[in-house]
Amino acid sequence: MTAGSNASPAQSPHRSPSAPEKQATLTVEGLAVRAGRRTVLRDVSLCVGAGEIVSLVGPNGGGKSTLLRAVIGAAKPAAGRITRRAATRLGYMPQKMAVDRTLPLDAAGFLGLGAPRASAADRIAMLDRVDVAHSARTQLSDLSGGEMQRVLLARALLRDPDLLLLDEPTQGLDHRGAARFYRLIEEARRERGLAVLLVSHDLDVVMRASDRVICLNGHVCCAGAPDQVCAHPEYQRLFGPGAAGRSADQDADGEAVEDAMAIYRHRHDHEREDGSARAGAAAGTPVA
Amino acid sequence: MSAILDDILLRAGLAGLGVALIAGPLGCFILWRRLAYFGEASAHAALLGVALGLLMGAPVWLGALAVSAAMALVVARAGLFSAGRATQGQIAGDGMIGVYAHGALAAGLVALSQMPGAPADPSRYLFGEILGVRISELALIWGAATALGLAMVWRWSALLNATLSPEMALAEGGAPDRESLGLTLAIAVTIALAMQVVGLLLVISLMILPAAAARALSSTPEAMALWSAALGAGAVALGLAGSFNYDAPSGPSIVLAAFALFCFATLAGPAIHAGIGRPREGEHP
Repeated sequence: MTAGSNASPAQSPHRSPSAPEKQATLTVEGLAVRAGRRTVLRDVSLCVGAGEIVSLVGPNGGGKSTLLRAVIGAAKPAAGRITRRAATRLGYMPQKMAVDRTLPLDAAGFLGLGAPRASAADRIAMLDRVDVAHSARTQLSDLSGGEMQRVLLARALLRDPDLLLLDEPTQGLDHRGAARFYRLIEEARRERGLAVLLVSHDLDVVMRASDRVICLNGHVCCAGAPDQVCAHPEYQRLFGPGAAGRSADQDADGEAVEDAMAIYRHRHDHEREDGSARAGAAAGTPVA
Repeated sequence: MSAILDDILLRAGLAGLGVALIAGPLGCFILWRRLAYFGEASAHAALLGVALGLLMGAPVWLGALAVSAAMALVVARAGLFSAGRATQGQIAGDGMIGVYAHGALAAGLVALSQMPGAPADPSRYLFGEILGVRISELALIWGAATALGLAMVWRWSALLNATLSPEMALAEGGAPDRESLGLTLAIAVTIALAMQVVGLLLVISLMILPAAAARALSSTPEAMALWSAALGAGAVALGLAGSFNYDAPSGPSIVLAAFALFCFATLAGPAIHAGIGRPREGEHP
């Protein structure tokens, strides 16, 4: 299954569809999205099949969230096509949800709003599934960042989706939490055969938990199996030669080295905060 | 029936009650979505509608409704509440609301002063004249309030989802932009109705104060909506009684009563909640 293409000079919105498109849960062809005069995405093609976890990585402003927003219909394509298999149910987990403190709503009630047909017992069972059953009666505005992420995932899963879209789902989670989170997604994928398209900055975990990785920087820089993407020169230029556990020679390009240093500093901060938790999480993570 | 409705105070009470019952629940959404400034500005802008209504010989409430609805459309068109969040202009959000609203308010004041014949006194519209409510206006208030109430019940979950996250609502098959537009139009209608009761200057307080008071007593959005309707009705009753006894202006008296209820609920709320909340704490493992 091809996961998009490298940016070609031809900007044709109607590129010939690839063969496995018929079965794909989500197909994006030649997508371009503009915000004002700025082109955020151009010539993006990809597909996500049932039972497949595809991760979007890339620098800030690379258009990852915009791509998800285009898929749900919140960003209008300037060119190209987004096709979902007929009768596809969407589950969407926003990057963040700011709930005003004046809105009294507990986690169980929040789930009910997303899946009105689910019984109270179903809601509790789903919250239990994502380890926050104890928060069922907690007001949304009192949830911790990690609990909120799990509650959002529970709402998305309770809708029994065919396509799950997750925008930085492990934001604000420590490494153990992030690993556990990906395990939940992995379980749901295995049991329900759903297609998952997610955005993440958590490169280490993404590379272990995804079937395919798409590196997005306004266009598709590179795409493929995690180890292929890690080895790709475009990816190494964006994330630095050592990204996701791979070592490579120093880049001669000054700017790229600077970017790489920023990533290193970032990673270093995490290790200093919870080095032990990270090691534990790494050991307990299923390798996809 | 009409003999009973001849009683000025009863008519005033019924008019206030009708407005309060819908203003409270809508006020909840104003709080949840932080639309207080939008509501306030739309209400002030509605004075231009009053002037237009007088000039054209149309009912003033219709003019007020037209202008505050126009504000709602302008804001919705700018994508202020939308999942698409199109920020096309260079002045966005509150700034843009302020520009249009104050332009309209100033135009309204100038237009009223230039009225042919005797210049119209704006204070009647700014401070309300609940004691002058006619039976036809009473019918209008209750008809509109009933329609808005039914619409809110019908769209309740969709409105909440659009409030929580427009993107999520869109992904789940909803139309959050449409819900938000409906909400702002409902606010516009309520402004036009409440103008008679508390006046344009205090309209939004009749929506916000009962809702804020209800927050302290509620742990679900539905409870908060019902409490805010009840507290708003209580504020109308208390305020009218106080206004009658002390010969105070009725609109400000109603708002003052709502403020007193807010203070009481905020002080008593934690105590009430402690009683409800205790067993819940025990559920935690």
